[in-house]
Amino acid sequence: MTSPRVRISVICALAALAVAIPFLFGPYRVGQFTLVLVYAVAVLGLNLLVGYNGQISLGHGAFFALGAYSAALLIEKANVPHLLAVPAAGAVCFVAGYLFGIPALRLRGLYLALVTLGLAIAFPQLIKRFDGLTDGTQGLTVAQPVAPSWLGLADDQFLYLLVLAFAALMFLGAWNLVRGQLGRAITAVRDAEIPAATLGVDLGATKTRVFAVSAAYAGVGGALYVFAIGFVAPEAFTLTLSFAFLAAIVVGGLATISGAVFGALFIEFVPVYASDVNDALTGVIYGGVLIAFMWLLPEGAAGLLHRVRGLMARHRDRREWASEEKDLTPEGGAA
Amino acid sequence: MERFVQVLVDGIATGSIYAAVALALVLIFRSTGIVNFAQGEMAMFSTFVAWGLYEAGVPLGFAVLSTLVLSFLAGMAIERTLIRHFEGGEVLTLVIVTLGLFILLNGLAGWIWGFENRAFPSLFPDDAVDVVGVRLSVESLGIVAVLLGVVGLLFLLFQRTKIGLAMRAAALNPESSALVGVRVGTMLMLGWGLAAALGALAGVLVAPRLFLDVNLMGSVLIYAFAAAALGGFDSALGAVVGGWVIGVSENLAGTYVDFIGADLKILVPLGIIFVVLLVRPAGLFGTREVARA
Repeated sequence: MTSPRVRISVICALAALAVAIPFLFGPYRVGQFTLVLVYAVAVLGLNLLVGYNGQISLGHGAFFALGAYSAALLIEKANVPHLLAVPAAGAVCFVAGYLFGIPALRLRGLYLALVTLGLAIAFPQLIKRFDGLTDGTQGLTVAQPVAPSWLGLADDQFLYLLVLAFAALMFLGAWNLVRGQLGRAITAVRDAEIPAATLGVDLGATKTRVFAVSAAYAGVGGALYVFAIGFVAPEAFTLTLSFAFLAAIVVGGLATISGAVFGALFIEFVPVYASDVNDALTGVIYGGVLIAFMWLLPEGAAGLLHRVRGLMARHRDRREWASEEKDLTPEGGAA
Repeated sequence: MERFVQVLVDGIATGSIYAAVALALVLIFRSTGIVNFAQGEMAMFSTFVAWGLYEAGVPLGFAVLSTLVLSFLAGMAIERTLIRHFEGGEVLTLVIVTLGLFILLNGLAGWIWGFENRAFPSLFPDDAVDVVGVRLSVESLGIVAVLLGVVGLLFLLFQRTKIGLAMRAAALNPESSALVGVRVGTMLMLGWGLAAALGALAGVLVAPRLFLDVNLMGSVLIYAFAAAALGGFDSALGAVVGGWVIGVSENLAGTYVDFIGADLKILVPLGIIFVVLLVRPAGLFGTREVARA
């Protein structure tokens, strides 16, 4: 719709802004933006599943928690370097997502929602139950990555940029994924299962793979969360988290890549300001927003931008057509 | 042995509460094809209303009755103002909307009544009776009796009255029903109203056994889902049987399987949902779904 040149310059400007953030704000704000990136990765993963593939998961908080605990245990108990812990957490969640996906994906729509909702509820209980490994409700303190001295960065700035690098990789990966062959298969399965199957798309394999990839994204998000917070406890991964992710994809826009960032901004900053007014306000806003967006703006914030751009483009095209039509009127063959 | 029977009866009592919520889910699913994720939170909200009335000095029985009526009206209002807009939409949309309602009601209740635990008085005397040599609590027996009464009333409503017939017709085939003069919209509203009242009843029954707080119905909802999945989402009989099976197995597993204990009880309904959906997705008494492309 927009020309590639405009698109590239917009992306470059946004990238520059993203890199500039730690130098523009104080440590507290930078910490918040780090969390935005963390959430964005997990939200993106959920959107691959829900938005692009049309499957429902209400349990991505559980995969996020699994990733966080995998990373925390690897770093603290097995002395694995921080950078390795991230892909490892992603891999653990990929496998878990795949195994969970095999039976779960035979279930359609509602039933998948039920099973994943149960997963989200049960997971914190499981963490508590295996307290020998996880220290139960007490939680685990994890050493955060420290800025190497030669970089001359403060720890919070380094942390932000590190997480940004991972997030950028994940976004690039998702962008490639949805534009490739698998991406077309994924959306085809969402829009028309049986025709997709007729055209040779393996429904089961596609769905399990998307589920696994989506869980891996949540897991990487969880590992990065450990970087950002330096502490994991079961209370951080309640049902509220899974609902927040869902609210984020709806606010950001289903089946959009950029929507994950809008959504992540939403779920990071809304609770911060809402809790000043009332502890319950976050829930009221999440719930209200879910309903309002589905009613008024099912395509979310990214979709709204898209729509505005489309309107502008149509306006421009109409002007061009109008001038072309003038040339064509003698033949009367304006198409 | 006495302990076993007590656990069993207690399981049936808890199961009756799950069955009531599961029945509410089935009512809505049958009429509108929606699995109402907000069912539990609607019930929680109602229970808080009953508690508020009771605290304001209204006698308990009257407070509960007026809550049931209020919930009935509120359920109809929710259907008419909110759900009607989305009816017949995609599953994903419906799930998100009812979940939104779930989160919204949970937040509103927290805002109005706070997050503390509150004691909710039982409708039944705190007493036990001897039944063939086994001491059973009056409350457990009372809950089972209430559920059976409700099931009886619903059966009469749906099988023996004109409104019940119209409700069944509207659920089965809205277009044809409308053609023969059934007010389909009103019937759907009635369905939601009944479901909300049933949920409220489950709420005031379960609240004395737990503490009343905003998360009162969280786990109950999962158990009710398990019950409805086990029995079949479109079967009222299935909801009741499912509720009992879930209640009993939860109690037995929690008492006799050490690994599960109190913490992991929640895994029981999850395991049941999982197995049922894999082995027999329509549930024990449900109708098999046939899809066409």
